[in-house]
Amino acid sequence: MSGMTTANQSGVATFFGRMGRYAMRGVEQLGDGTRLGFQALSLLFAKPWQGKHFIIQLYALGVGSLAIIVITGAFTGMVLALQGYYTLAKFGSESLLGAGVGMSIIRELGPVLGAFMIIGRAGSSITAEIGIMRVTEQTDALEMMAVNPMQRIILPRIIATTIAVPLLVSIFDVVGIASGYIVGVELLGVNPGAYMAELIAKLEMIDLNGGWVKAVIFGFMIGMICTYMGYRAEPTTEGVARATTQAVVIASVGVLIMDYILTSFFL
Amino acid sequence: MIRGENLSKRYNNVDALAPTDIHIRAGATTAIMGGSGSGKTTLLRLLSGLVKPTTGHVWYGDEDICTIPPKRLYELRESMGMLFQYSALLNSLNVYDNVAFPLHEHTDLDESVVRTMVSMKLEQVGLRGFEELMPSELSGGMAKRVAFARAIAMDPKIVFFDEPTSGLDPISAGVISTLIKDTSKMNRMTSIVVTHDVEAGLSIADHVILMWQGSIIAEGTPEVIRESSDERVRQFLEGRPDGPIPFSRSTTSYIDDLTHRPGTVRLEK
Repeated sequence: MSGMTTANQSGVATFFGRMGRYAMRGVEQLGDGTRLGFQALSLLFAKPWQGKHFIIQLYALGVGSLAIIVITGAFTGMVLALQGYYTLAKFGSESLLGAGVGMSIIRELGPVLGAFMIIGRAGSSITAEIGIMRVTEQTDALEMMAVNPMQRIILPRIIATTIAVPLLVSIFDVVGIASGYIVGVELLGVNPGAYMAELIAKLEMIDLNGGWVKAVIFGFMIGMICTYMGYRAEPTTEGVARATTQAVVIASVGVLIMDYILTSFFL
Repeated sequence: MIRGENLSKRYNNVDALAPTDIHIRAGATTAIMGGSGSGKTTLLRLLSGLVKPTTGHVWYGDEDICTIPPKRLYELRESMGMLFQYSALLNSLNVYDNVAFPLHEHTDLDESVVRTMVSMKLEQVGLRGFEELMPSELSGGMAKRVAFARAIAMDPKIVFFDEPTSGLDPISAGVISTLIKDTSKMNRMTSIVVTHDVEAGLSIADHVILMWQGSIIAEGTPEVIRESSDERVRQFLEGRPDGPIPFSRSTTSYIDDLTHRPGTVRLEK
């Protein structure tokens, strides 16, 4: 009996020990990542300017993610219109469909789903690309050619995600509201004037600003997390694969946590 | 002159390099040789400033590259080149852009001048006409030669070579060795070559350093090394499996493991 108690105690100790180690590692990574990100950002105005590389990254990230953003935005708006109509019809308030779809997308679904799509499509490739550059010593080669990898690789990607995400989220919002209009008005017979009038009447500037602020912060977070995970990836093929998976998971969970914090702030 | 003083490196409680003093003569070719895991690549990375030492200093003249500001280190690196073991060509750039990379980064030369300089370097390594190929389209030997052209693109004063001939066929290895020897002499470069290729190391170097278990066990001219009576040096040069340098790194005896572990083989006389 006492043997079992000892075994249970040792199991509990092992569990808490492991949790403690995970927590310590998490805090270490958070500190290291923040330091690395701000080290890169401190080079923002340092010469040589990285304008060309920033444009390349912005193009790859923005144009490359456009299709997935448009598709996701369209179907999100369509599903929202269907679900919204079904609920509102019970209260005889179908005319509020435009406001419901618009506010849900602008305040919440646009930034969050848009960020998820960008993490999956562009964030993972940022981590994998930087990880592979580490494995194949390309970052060391840059160092030896007197080119700072922080300034050349990390910085343009963080800036590009910070700018591209709000732009892509804006497109997501427009496409979502438009596709909601098509389903609501053309398929379900909601009055087109009511759809738009309610949307304009109920939507306030704080809703728009809230969505954009979220998108900017999510973009910055995605850039910081994905570049950090790639730069600190274990220099093996397995290490890069693991870092890519972790980057997607951490960035996605980070977006949800930050979304809650920001939402509570903007409400 | 590059000088390492009390240099050591420890990774996860394993000593990759024991405290070591090293002098690299300016304008000469120094070969750092030794078996796998002897600490030679660690030493090279410490000397190039890619890795910070656990203890010690690396002096370039009167500047310690371990403590100078990053900006100054990058200035110094404009007069350095490095050939990496796996070439480390930038995947997204073709051969021309890889070789032209340091020139584009650190000079304001007109593109026509850059083109001429890249052509000269590619001619030196016998790859003129391959400018448009991407790194993924090159063989190992070709990639090494492109990396060589990139390393000397700025006519650096110091070039580090990490296993320049490993994984190459004898002809490609011979070409790379000759290139290192000729270019070093022609440009009066300080070359530091890490290799386990005995013949290549002894043929190109003015000074040879032999390492084992993270320490320098012998150094001198190639002739001095060839004539050394040190058993460890002789074993390495002759490639003998038996001698003071053990081949096996197993932590326990295999026979003991087989015979003493419960439920395993019992050897009867």
